[in-house]
Formats: sequence, structure tokens, C-alpha cells
Amino acid sequence: MAGQSLLQIKNAGIQFGGLKAVSGFNMEINQGELIGLIGPNGAGKTTSFNLLTGVYVPTEGDISFNGERLNGLAPYQVTRKGISRTFQNIRLFNELSVLDNVKVAYHSLAKHSIISSILRLPSHFAGEKEMEEKSLEFLKIFQLDRFKDEKAKNLPYGQQRRLEIARALAAGPKLLLLDEPAAGMNPQETHELMELIAFIRNQFNLTILLIEHDMQLVMGICERIYVLDHGQQIANGTPEEIRNNPKVIEAYLGEEVHSDHA
Amino acid sequence: MEWLQQIINGISLGSIYALIALGYTMVYGIIKLINFAHGDVFMVGAFVGFYAITGFGLGFFPALILSMVICAIFGVLIERIAYKPLRNATRIAALITAIGMSLLIEYGVIYVRGAQPEAYPNVLPNTTINVFGAQISSQSLFILGISVALMIILQFIVHKTKIGKAMRAVSHDMDAARLMGINVDNTISATFAIGSGLAGAAGVIFGVYYTKIEPLMGVIPGLKAFVAAVLGGIGIIPGAMVGGLLLGVIESIVSAAGFSLWRDAAAFVILILILIFRPSGIFGKNTREKV
Amino acid sequence: MKKAKSFWLFIILAVFVYGLIQFLLTSEVLNPYYQNMFIVMAINIMLAVSLHLVIGITGQFSIGHAGFLAVGAYVSAIFTMKLGLPFPIALLAGGVVAALAGLIVGIPSLRLKGDYLAIATLGFAEIIRIVFLNIEYVGGAAGLQVSHLTTWTSTFIMLVLTILIVVNFTNSRHGRACIAIRENEIAADAMGINTTYYKVIAFAIGSLLAGIAGGLYSHNFYIIQPTNFGFLKSFDILIIVVLGGLGSLSGSVIAAILLTVISTFLQDYPETRMIIYSLVLVFVMIFRPKGLMGTREITEFFGLGKWKSSKGGN
Repeated sequence: MAGQSLLQIKNAGIQFGGLKAVSGFNMEINQGELIGLIGPNGAGKTTSFNLLTGVYVPTEGDISFNGERLNGLAPYQVTRKGISRTFQNIRLFNELSVLDNVKVAYHSLAKHSIISSILRLPSHFAGEKEMEEKSLEFLKIFQLDRFKDEKAKNLPYGQQRRLEIARALAAGPKLLLLDEPAAGMNPQETHELMELIAFIRNQFNLTILLIEHDMQLVMGICERIYVLDHGQQIANGTPEEIRNNPKVIEAYLGEEVHSDHA
Repeated sequence: MEWLQQIINGISLGSIYALIALGYTMVYGIIKLINFAHGDVFMVGAFVGFYAITGFGLGFFPALILSMVICAIFGVLIERIAYKPLRNATRIAALITAIGMSLLIEYGVIYVRGAQPEAYPNVLPNTTINVFGAQISSQSLFILGISVALMIILQFIVHKTKIGKAMRAVSHDMDAARLMGINVDNTISATFAIGSGLAGAAGVIFGVYYTKIEPLMGVIPGLKAFVAAVLGGIGIIPGAMVGGLLLGVIESIVSAAGFSLWRDAAAFVILILILIFRPSGIFGKNTREKV
Repeated sequence: MKKAKSFWLFIILAVFVYGLIQFLLTSEVLNPYYQNMFIVMAINIMLAVSLHLVIGITGQFSIGHAGFLAVGAYVSAIFTMKLGLPFPIALLAGGVVAALAGLIVGIPSLRLKGDYLAIATLGFAEIIRIVFLNIEYVGGAAGLQVSHLTTWTSTFIMLVLTILIVVNFTNSRHGRACIAIRENEIAADAMGINTTYYKVIAFAIGSLLAGIAGGLYSHNFYIIQPTNFGFLKSFDILIIVVLGGLGSLSGSVIAAILLTVISTFLQDYPETRMIIYSLVLVFVMIFRPKGLMGTREITEFFGLGKWKSSKGGN
């Protein structure tokens, strides 16, 4: 079912001072794929997300999405092109209600102007009503609607992760980036999360790229996997190929394989 | 030769800014707080010196040292009472508290002794030296000498003593320093003590040089010293010295060029330009937030 | 529909407050001296509410609000005194020019964060003051004479408009975008919000409203001087917003009322007033850093939660 190419990263990299955090990063993602990005701690996974979303401007290489070049766009512009993300350390709008968190993401899809809001023109009411309905829909999908008036900071941890994904979806992405969505979750929650990811992917016709430490999750749901180590891409392929790739075993799985046998 | 004279004046003024800026920069370096009350410690120092000279008949140096000691204690008190409870609060809460402390000291002093200014007694001989046709007062050279001496002592303390090492460690990483067995609270207090002592010295020097002191005198020099600290790169000790001297000279040049009414604006224009184009200052390194 | 209902409740409340005070003044239960107190109170509320939009809602720590007050005060005074134009036009002009000043200040400085932004705004406010000090046309240090044109009625109308603008802005996608920036700027950016745009917009609206308040302020005096607009004035406004609770509009209103009453009674003892102010500031920060109202709005206490409010800062 893989469609046409959606995202191409060619030789992208970034340098902080003298330090090359990521270099020579290549990736191609097709419409509808679910891709995993793995690598040991400090391999540059989150940095490559930041390159992709405009938080950092790549010092080398090219990133193009849907045929458009993304280099140098600000994060909000990248989001409006159709890439949205979650964060490794949850970044919700803590003092806002759960519903308002989602509404914020829906912000750029609504069109009523500041003047119309200040003067309370009909377009304001229509726009706000649409935002409210759409946001409630997202909350229902994530079974968060019963918390809609709760402040985001008061949600249990697992629900906060779900809310972050719901919020990212409300921004209307074609490509969703999930940065360790299962971090800190128990096996039960992780299992539910896997089902949820599979569900939203079909429901919204999404392409998903996820960073994850939980090998079972990555191997279980991703069709292809990219492996980073020391800021360099060392392998990519199907879960089966990755599992048997000696470079990967050495760089990353090595320890785990050992400990599995021990 | 008018110019040379102005530049010397600028350096004298700048050395006062630098002494105050050192306290700002040390405190910011260690707890990331813009200690708005610092300019008022400077004012208190000027008054302590004034009363020491006029009330107790002390000479310049005893008055200078007394003022430094009292200001050091005062600075530590401010830190322990107002800032320590806020160590884990947001930086904005700490900043507001500092503004509150500044107003409290200013109006506390006015409440106690009234708002009227005082004329500083003339405790230093003042002769004029002719250098290449420029009239340079011996006082301004003397002031410069004392400031430089204090800065050298400070450099020695920061780099060669145990407490200096602790200060550098705490400003680098407070938690790690604590784990290494450094008494963080005492180190922070020591920083306030040293910074406030320098401000006290600056107060006495200011009084002798400009002869007029009043309870709100700390506001503008305090703000400008902060500008000097930002100019040099806040948190960096040599930066504060260079920033202070540079700012003093720039202000004198603006005055000399016939724009004396705009002199105060110059400092703020510099501040904004620095903040916008090089917020880390002349000697600073850029840092970015981790995502 | 609920929102429309609370809008009308607000209007009824406003009319009631206006009527009550007007009655007290005309029936001379309160002597005319208090008329001035109410005008000052309304101006302080306007200033606090306009700064609340910048600090409380958008989370941008500006401590130079008096600069925009000054722009509004001087520009409107020029319009009435030098150009002979009617007072309402002068008020509007003061607001518009202050908003432009807000753009000029905001666009470069809002790239800064936290205490750096605070210092930059303080610096800009001082520059604005020094500029007025150096312009002969507006009297320099001696100041500019102004006719007493501000009335209780005109001030109250402007106050109601100010609150309506801020509340309507806050309770819309635009206000939510601003709160999102306050809560987590990186996440707001990642959700497709042009954070720079909204910071500048909030700053400009705040400056516009402060400028209008400035017009009322200057025409409530007989003379305005640059010393009226130093950073002590900025701190005065800041104290109100902080005491009320960062993020709470009703908190700002209540704190403005309280502090205006206190300073009216302490008018003859300015040092005592400043000592009380500074102690309040320090104690609030140490013992109740969220201010009087914390993050909440007064409507939440009456179950009118839906004219919804802007939850507050950290």
C-alpha cells in the first residue's frame, strides 16, 4: 500500500560549534508508511526530529516534503506544511484544559480574524464552533473526552502522552512524528498505544515516523527501520533485516542480545 | 586635548560602573538573578561612607573598608531574607522580588533620613595634573587606581582561593557542586558578600568623586552597571570590567560631542542593540534551549 | 449562547457600577474629591488590564509599560493642545501611535526571553522618556500644559471597552494561541502557531490600550512631564498585575481597585506608600507567588465559568 514518496532527506546534518550532532542523514518515506527510527542514547534521533521540524536549521543537506524544500522554515511553517510532532519530554499547555490543548493545534485550520473575535462577528462564532466540534472529535477518538475540562497538567501520565498525540493530530498532519511515545508507560499502556497508533494511521491515512526505545514496539509495528549511531545512519531496512544486521547488533542491539542470552 | 580629558573622565566613571557591574554579573552568574537591589546597596555604601567620615571622623580608607564590610553584610541579609526562599521559584518571581527589595531599600532610607541630598566631605587631596595639555585631576587617577586594585583582588579571590573555586563550581552547575560537597548556600552568600562589598566601595568612591549623594542615587548607576554587565557578557567577571569602562567612555564621548541630554539614552540604546544582536555580550557564548 | 449571556451580565454590571458611582457623586454622599479617585482607579485598571494581556496571557515579561502610557499621554495632548482637535480623536490617536511604538519596540525585543526581555522593555521605556525630555515642542523637562478634559464618564466608557477588547481577544483562537505561547513556546510553535506574530500582536494591543489610558491620564492633569513616566510608573502597573495574579484579568481589576484606594489614602505619605508597595511585592512573591487570584477568574467563583477566562501563569 506504500504510495508515492512523501519525505526525502538527503545528506542532512547539523553542527553545533565543532561538534557534528548528525551528519549524512538520508531517509525516504513513502505515503502511508510507518517507519521506526532507533539508535542508542545520544545517537542523534531527537536532533534529526528537530532538523525535520525546523527547530534547528540543517547546516548541510536537503529536506523536502511533498516536493517542497523545508530547509530554513520555522517550526510553525513546517507544521502548516503537514508535519506535526510530539515531544520526548511531554510539552503540553499545562494550565489550559484538555479541550483547549487540542483547539490550539487546530488554530491554523480556523480562519476567523482577530478583528472578528474582538467585535464578536458571526465569523468568530462559526469558527470557534467548528474548532470546538473538531477538537471534541479528536478527544473522543482518544477517549479523552471525559477529561475535556480538566487542566492538562492534572491528567495521569499515560493520558498526557495520549493527549499530546491527539493534539499533534489536530494540527492536520500528513506526516506524524512521535518522539518516544511509549516512554514511561507500562506494558499494558504500551500495548494500547500500539493499537491506537495503528488505528489512527488507518483512520487519518497518515504516514508515521517514530522514535522508540521499546524494541518490541518498534519491531512489532514498523514496516521499515532506520538506525542511527553517533549521528550517522548505519542501517535501514525491514525489522527482520535490522534484527540480523551485524552493524546494528554491534552498535545497539549487541548489549541486549548478550543480556538476552545471559 | 579636551577629548583626552573626557576619556579620562569616562574611564573614572566607567571604573565605578565596573565595580557595580561586578556584583551584578557575579550574582547573575551564580543564581541567574538580576539583582535590582544591587544599585541600592551602592547607595547604602555611599551613605555609610558619608556617616563614617562626617560622624566618626574616619579617613578615606577606613571609611571605604567600613562601607565595604557593612555592605557585604547587608547584601548577605538581602539574599538570605528575600532571595533564598525563592531559589526554586521562577526567574520572573525572583526578578519581581528584586524590584521589590530595591524599592524597599530606597524608600526605607528616605523614610529613615529623608530624601534630601548630602554633600560629600572632601577627604582626598585634589590637584590637577597637566598631561599633554589635558587637565587631569589626581582624584580621577586615584579612583581608577583603587578600582583596578579591587578588581585585581577579586580576580585573585575568584581564581586562587577555595571560595572562588566553589563560586565557579556553583555557577557552572549548582547540583553537581552540591554533590561534590560544596556548601551551595554559603557559596551564594559569599558571592553576595563580595559583590555587595564592591558596590559599597563604588558608593564611597562615587561620593568622593561626584560629591553629591541622595537616596535614589543608586537607580541610574545601578541600571547602567547592569548594562555594562550585559555588554561584557553577563556572568563573566572580566566582561563586567571591560563593559563598565567601555560604557563610561561611550557616555563621556556622547556628552563631549554635545549631546549631554542624551547621555542616559546612550546606555539603553547600547543595551538594546547588544540584547538584540549579541545577547551573550562581548565575551559570552551563545546557548540554546534544549528541545 | 452561554457566552452571550455572560456578555450581557457584564454590560449590566458595568451600567450598575457606573450608575452607583454616578449616584454617589451627584448626591454628594462622596465628595468631589472621590471623583478623581474613581478616574485614577479606572485608568489604573485599564493600564493593568492592558499589561495583563502581555504578561498574564502571553507570558512576555514587559516592565516598560509606562513608555506606552507616555506616548499616548503626549500624543493625545499634542492633538488637543497644539492641533486643537476634539478629545475623542486625540484619545484614539494616542492609542494608535502607542500601538505603533509597541510594534517598533516589540518586533526586535520580543525575540528575547524572560529577564532579558524585561530589561530590554525597561530600556525602551527609558529611551521613550528621554526622547520626550529632549523635544522642545512638548516642553522638554518643564512639561506640557494640558486642559482638564478627562471626565468620569469618558474614562468609564474607555474602561468598559478595554475590558471587552481584552476578554474577547483572550477567549478566541487568538487568545488561546497567546496562552499556548505562555505555557510552552516550543510546543506552540510546533502546533503551527506563529509565535512571533502573536507576541507582537499582544504587545501592540497592550500598547494601544495603554496609549488610550495615557490620553485619559494626561488630560486628568494640568501639566505632564517626562518624570511622570519613569520606571517607577512602570513598576506601579507591574505591581498591580503581579498582585492580582499573573493570568487573571479579574485579579488585575481587583488589585488595581485595592492599590488605588490604598495610595489615595496614603497620598500625603509617599514613602510609606512605596514601602507598603514594596513589602507587598516581596511578601506576595515569597508566600503567594500566584497573586491574589492565582490563575482563576472571579466568574469561576460564581459558577459563571463560561465567559471563560484565561488561566494563569506559572
